[in-house]
Amino acid sequence: MKVKYHFIVLLVLGSIALSCKKDNYAPPSSALTGRLVYKGEPIQVEYDRVPFELYQYGFGKVGPINGTITPEGTFSHMLFDGEYKFVIRPGQGPFLWPQSGGKADSISIIMAGSKSMDIEVNPYYMIRTPQVAKSGTNVTATFKAEKIITDAVNGKSIERASLYVNKTQFVSGTDNIGKTDLAGTAITDPNSISLTTAIPTITPTQNYIFARIGLKITGVEDMIFSPVVKLNL
Amino acid sequence: MKKILTLVTFSLLLGMAGCKKDSEFLNVQPFAILTSEQSFSDANQAVSIVADLYNRVADMTAFKNSWESFIDPGEAVPSTFGHVTVQRNGWGFGEWGNWDYGYLREINLFIERATAATTLAEADKKRFVAEGRFLRAAHYFEIVKRMGGVPIITKSLLYDYSGDASSLQNPRAKESEVYDFVIKELDEIKGDLPIAPRTKDRATRATALAMISRAALYAGSIAKYGATTPTVALPGGEVGIPASMANSYYQKSLDAAKAIINGSAGSYSLYNKFPTNASQNFTSLFVDNADKPGNPETIWIEDYKIRSGKQHGFTIQNQPIFGAEEVEGGRVNPSLNLVQSFELLDNTFAPLPIKDASGNPIYYNDPMDLFANRDARLHGTVVVPGSIGKNRPVDIFAGYQLANGTVVSGPSLGFIGKLPGSTADVKLVGSDGPLNAIEYSAQSGFYIRKFVDPAVGSGSRGTGSEVPWIRYRYAEVLLNAAEAAFELNLPEAVGYLNQVRKRAGFNTPLTTVTFDRIVNERRVELAFEGHLIFDKKRWRLAHIVWDGSQMTETELTANIGDPRKRNTQPFALWPYKVHDPGSPNHGKWIFKIVKNSIVTGASRFQLGNYYSEINTTILANNPKIVRQPNQ
Repeated sequence: MKVKYHFIVLLVLGSIALSCKKDNYAPPSSALTGRLVYKGEPIQVEYDRVPFELYQYGFGKVGPINGTITPEGTFSHMLFDGEYKFVIRPGQGPFLWPQSGGKADSISIIMAGSKSMDIEVNPYYMIRTPQVAKSGTNVTATFKAEKIITDAVNGKSIERASLYVNKTQFVSGTDNIGKTDLAGTAITDPNSISLTTAIPTITPTQNYIFARIGLKITGVEDMIFSPVVKLNL
Repeated sequence: MKKILTLVTFSLLLGMAGCKKDSEFLNVQPFAILTSEQSFSDANQAVSIVADLYNRVADMTAFKNSWESFIDPGEAVPSTFGHVTVQRNGWGFGEWGNWDYGYLREINLFIERATAATTLAEADKKRFVAEGRFLRAAHYFEIVKRMGGVPIITKSLLYDYSGDASSLQNPRAKESEVYDFVIKELDEIKGDLPIAPRTKDRATRATALAMISRAALYAGSIAKYGATTPTVALPGGEVGIPASMANSYYQKSLDAAKAIINGSAGSYSLYNKFPTNASQNFTSLFVDNADKPGNPETIWIEDYKIRSGKQHGFTIQNQPIFGAEEVEGGRVNPSLNLVQSFELLDNTFAPLPIKDASGNPIYYNDPMDLFANRDARLHGTVVVPGSIGKNRPVDIFAGYQLANGTVVSGPSLGFIGKLPGSTADVKLVGSDGPLNAIEYSAQSGFYIRKFVDPAVGSGSRGTGSEVPWIRYRYAEVLLNAAEAAFELNLPEAVGYLNQVRKRAGFNTPLTTVTFDRIVNERRVELAFEGHLIFDKKRWRLAHIVWDGSQMTETELTANIGDPRKRNTQPFALWPYKVHDPGSPNHGKWIFKIVKNSIVTGASRFQLGNYYSEINTTILANNPKIVRQPNQ
């Protein structure tokens, strides 16, 4: 069969000519960044455990834009300008998110260009003055657990305090190579809690390690943590 | 003249043919589609419709969902290069979700059309309607297990294209209401279902009773143990059942189970064709294909038949790879966590004796000796090193242990090499493994035996297996009765439990029942039968046993039989041959506990996993649906 090249050339040229129109939308360009804080101090949580949702109304069906709070207590999202509602679902996070009638209250955020904001939350406990240091082949930690929510209805007790060490800066109950748990009942003075855990052998060897204190609150799934500390061995 | 006659005849014929009314002419019945009236005109015709509905019953673990559905967390290692089930640190909130209202609509249509059928015999009609309602109850039970309370739709809904869909939007019923609906429906129809112990693949009276027994038990335990997780509840009762309802559910469960046990729904009993060999007996219970209707234990099965178009590949996927009928097999590797949960014959729990008190390895002449004096169900569920797999001995050893403490092994299945100080070629690794991250090898040191068909050809892709998938069996009914009676503080509980244990080879009956015993009994008797996750959920133990923490060997071997014991990672037990010429231990076997290199994650069951997520599309489509808690 004889191939008619001029048809192919015509076809290619034609499609190039027709596809010249720009058909892409501009990507979202306004950055929403911020932290979850209690009186200016960020809430430290576990990696990928505390999700948040952003809603935008007025475009038909409503579904959430999902994100998670970083271990350092920050959040960020690229958004279009407009009005959004920020919400953290009940039962998520080591804090009490305001609710009414069993449903989480939302915070209204108006985006017009990039925006940075801190969101004040009410944690059950805060880890105060954490001191994490290496001593010999151990990591020792001392801290004070301050009860923030003290009323009888919402106040909770400490289930356990834990000291975690890991090779990477993701340090938690899931990601660790060594840990020590102290049951809440064994804590005599919440103003001075100390924990010690042995540094396990690391393969391949590395001359640093990351450590973090976590506090599990009875009946609350997500733990509250101290900032991650890098220790040189 | 002749010509005229032909013409006249022809035009007359033409005129006659053209006389048909236009409406009649255009109204041609399709040849390939039956109207609903036609399809319900004859019982045989209607059977094919109900068969399609049976075919679509939702299961979580089942042959139709492939071998992956048998990898229960902590209970098995998947034999691949790596698999998400042992690498992830938990489950998404959507895991196990089911919102299949399409199937429910078709069941509702079936019930409506069968009810409206005019030419069906009254007895047939009754049975079909009862079967439709049975399948509907089965599906609601399946959904409520996963999602909690859901809208109960009992008739086919039709959209009127008015632009307003609010008549189709129904709110979620309470979780207890859905369980009540399931139990009530089954209670009402059980009389219309035949007493037919030889009918296994269609609903019978015993099937309905067995389902009542399981559903009421689930509801009862959610009511009772839900109190330990107060945050797993919704204020409207869509999730969570009040504790005050627990006892009435337990009573219903016990009554239904007793109705089967006392024979009022036909004669059922524990399978016991090999009374002198309890392991063989437990193996055969699942793979006795010679006389499926004659199996006294099975109550409801999904049946398979080779050379009929409906066979399955479970045996292909799980036959030991050495001597397999296909270059495939050994997928589901039961973990040491499960293997050590099988009790000793004196009714006590003990870790496998691989080390003596001072930590030195114990040497065995025969690897099978390590597993001696244990629950016979161990060998009926798991292929251990040294035993017969699919009709031939398995070859499981990880390498040679030398006197100086080093191990000589190889990189591939059945690797041939030389031992130090020798020029002879020997096999350095078993042809069945175990080898880390090598497909088909017994990565945990064990293969699965349950459901693996011994029939020749069942492991080849061209043939497949006809082992039935058992949804309900008599032993579970006994365990349901034991649990319900235990929760009601009735002394008869121990009797039901001992029946199941006696068949498993225990000659010393238990004298008391504890919650821990029931949990472990269900774990070992019903292993890989799709019960584990739902059992752990209803006892509200899931977030405790799967708490996301990595496990250690010391932790693994401690507190066996404790229902709250952590089970986040599956462990392996690797056998080694000792190479130490001149020593009395030369040629003997030792065992080591290892964590497979592919096991990197630790399962974490969050409170939000107790009820699967209702996705945002459903929530956006129906604003009356409330969200699940903790998500």
